[in-house]
Amino acid sequence: MSVKKPAHPTLAYSFGKRRGASVLLDRLFTGLVWGTGIIVILFIVGLLFLLLEKGLPQLSWNFLYGLPSEIEEGGGIGPALFNSFYVLIISLIVSIPIGIAAGIYLAEFAPNNKLIEVVRICVEGLSSVPSIIFGLFGIALFVEFFEIGLTILGAAISLAFLNLPVLTRVTEESIRAVPVELRNASFALGSTHLQTIRRVLLPVAMNGIMTGICLTAGRAFGESAVIILTAGVSTSGEMWDFNLLSPGGTLAVHLWYVQSEAIVPDAQEIAQKTTAVLIIVALLINIVFRVPLWLNERKNKA
Amino acid sequence: MQPFIEMNKLNLYYGEFHALKDVSVQIPERAITAFIGPSGCGKSTLLRTLNRMNDRIPGARVEGRVAIGGIDIYSGEVHVESLRKKIGMVFQQPNPFPKSIYDNVAFGPKQHGIRGKKKLDELVEQSLRSAVLWDEVKDDLRRPALSLSGGQQQRLCIARALAVEPDILLMDEATSALDPISTFKIEELTHELKDRYTIVMVTHNMQQAARVSQQTVFFLNGEVIEHDATRQLFANPVDSRTQDYISGRFG
Amino acid sequence: MIDMNPSTNSKAPAELGQSFGKTSGSKFDRKARLRWSNQLFRMICIGSALFVCLVLLCILVLMLRTGVLTFSNVSLTEFFFSTNWDPENEHYGALTFILGTLALTSLTMLISIPISVIIAVFLAEMTPKWLRNLLRPVLDLLVGIPSVVYGFLGLTLLIPWLRNLSGHDLADGLLAASIVLTIMVLPTISRISDDAISAVPNKYRDAAYALGANRFQTVFRVVLPAARSGIMYAVILGMARAIGETMAVVMVIGNTAQLPNSLFTPTAVLTSNIVMQISSVEFDSTWNYGLYMMGFILLAISLLMIVAVRILQKKGGRYS
Repeated sequence: MSVKKPAHPTLAYSFGKRRGASVLLDRLFTGLVWGTGIIVILFIVGLLFLLLEKGLPQLSWNFLYGLPSEIEEGGGIGPALFNSFYVLIISLIVSIPIGIAAGIYLAEFAPNNKLIEVVRICVEGLSSVPSIIFGLFGIALFVEFFEIGLTILGAAISLAFLNLPVLTRVTEESIRAVPVELRNASFALGSTHLQTIRRVLLPVAMNGIMTGICLTAGRAFGESAVIILTAGVSTSGEMWDFNLLSPGGTLAVHLWYVQSEAIVPDAQEIAQKTTAVLIIVALLINIVFRVPLWLNERKNKA
Repeated sequence: MQPFIEMNKLNLYYGEFHALKDVSVQIPERAITAFIGPSGCGKSTLLRTLNRMNDRIPGARVEGRVAIGGIDIYSGEVHVESLRKKIGMVFQQPNPFPKSIYDNVAFGPKQHGIRGKKKLDELVEQSLRSAVLWDEVKDDLRRPALSLSGGQQQRLCIARALAVEPDILLMDEATSALDPISTFKIEELTHELKDRYTIVMVTHNMQQAARVSQQTVFFLNGEVIEHDATRQLFANPVDSRTQDYISGRFG
Repeated sequence: MIDMNPSTNSKAPAELGQSFGKTSGSKFDRKARLRWSNQLFRMICIGSALFVCLVLLCILVLMLRTGVLTFSNVSLTEFFFSTNWDPENEHYGALTFILGTLALTSLTMLISIPISVIIAVFLAEMTPKWLRNLLRPVLDLLVGIPSVVYGFLGLTLLIPWLRNLSGHDLADGLLAASIVLTIMVLPTISRISDDAISAVPNKYRDAAYALGANRFQTVFRVVLPAARSGIMYAVILGMARAIGETMAVVMVIGNTAQLPNSLFTPTAVLTSNIVMQISSVEFDSTWNYGLYMMGFILLAISLLMIVAVRILQKKGGRYS
């Protein structure tokens, strides 16, 4: 303490403005980010609204329910809409059990060896395969090998292959997210592994798995490349045709067909209305499944 | 002693919550001032008002006057980035950036417009020496900072703060996440630094406050209970609540 | 969770008792059955996992085996280095489509990466909480819109605008397609980047601000570098989607097998060419084999991207 300290630069102290450039850059950056963020999101949402605005007011039950017409005006989308859900449901029936079982394997049974690494790479690899490749695979399998032609069955199974990796990964992640304590508690009570999985892990992981199924369903509903290649662009032209071997053009495919190849005079209108239906159903599938999740998130945060 | 930092009737609200109540404290320059008190008593909050880090918290509102070197830091003329350049801060958890040791220390000077490899090299070495880390890392300054031990990371954070050449160093429980040996090294370091910097530290550890600080302020529920020379406060506390706290009866 | 506990509790003593009574015949049956069902369940799970692998393997083998047949009639050089695709006259040069896919993907990424990252920064660092809670779900919903709808949007809204703006009679081409693809991949890239940026610990921001950095400096020199591997992951996912997207591209690219001389000239890419021609060809024809070969090229590109993602994840693990 004996050393005499030089005076602190207390006098003439100032926290004045810094060099203008960095301040300007900061302002510019803030403006750019706000501007881009708002404009781009509004632009995309606005475009979708434009589509809805054209299609929605013209919608009617007759259109939703009616049979399509190749030549005259006033055709509906009944069979295509029906096929969309029919194909979707069959593909989910095929893919959900396999996907969930594979996910359980990865999360619960898999030893950490080379084999598991291979399985995981395959799941990731399969999830990156472009959808049109599943279409080509479907053609080779169903049209060429089994010779059943363009059918609902072929489309649904090809679509199921597309769904598989997503479901597997979501299941694995959801089960891994279950706290270890719950698992241990179940084992400590003398439950077998199977009982633990069925009574503890799956119910807790169900939330995550349901989200995965919803995402998959939304994607499968809107998928068109696979369907065009494996089910064709047309329908059997009848309503409630449950025959698995009928041609299975779905609504998404119908939009493309009407827009590019149809010769009906009101093709433009049909396309607009079909678009509106596609957007609304896709939004509904997503919203219906997600609302509970959002609410949950809110609750957990509060 | 001439006060360097002066707080006058300082009130701080987080929304409805009244976190600091009529705080008036004067902090001398080139000395270590310790803030002690139980968790949630507002001592860290007060520290963060000194470099206006509370600005980033939505809903935080400050009333009253905080002056550093005679200038009200909440007045309109003060540029918050320039203010923070003059006030280094070290946090509870060591928080080096996921970059190299060199880039961590050079980060601040680069922000403030210092270019030129030679100038930066000098600054980095000087800062690391001041933080007594130079000998341990000089062989490989390109190593990722996160490969250092916790104590080294904290000294790196001090070096990083010193590199912008501040006058004040704020330490927010800077040793609470460290082991005793690292803690000791940092305490030694602060002892060396106090001849050149005004240091304000928040600590949970009363022995630490007694060991390193010259002045101690005791807080309770957002209020200043007692402020005195450290030796005086620990030996002869005036307020019974201070007595209770330092003898370990609560907190 | 809570309503499950009683059943677990009530069963547990029963099982405990049962394990004491090992000698009793009927109990032993139940135990054996339990073990058997455990084994069966295990086998089902393993079988399912292997099935997923099998599907990928089958796809790979089938695409390669069928695709390679192309080269019994067409030379490798012609297929990969000729731009003359005229199957009716036995010309099978696929270079146009390969270049088209590369050009379209590059252009899309060029437009979408900066915008997506800016939107991610906007969501993670700048918006007030209420706006963030509004915009995040909106972007999530945009991901779920069918790709044909985006194609239709391009066809009926964007192309007429582009026609007016550019003065071309036909505005189908790379620009239209890349705008449509940008609209499609933008929500994906920005939401995943947004998550990556939000996951950057606040202590880094605190440190930067305490050193006197402003927001621009903090975001560009600290936050974005720290979120780098997550953003790269988002970009690769978006890129994979752009490369593999079929129907939205088909509707706006013009579907003409020619090298474009401008952004407004109709051209074709791998996916669009496959889907336009596959239904009109015989399975056992060179034409068809050529299309499968194109599919194999797409498949190879997307698998390479997965390898890139894995490498990134290993690298990114160092910081987290």
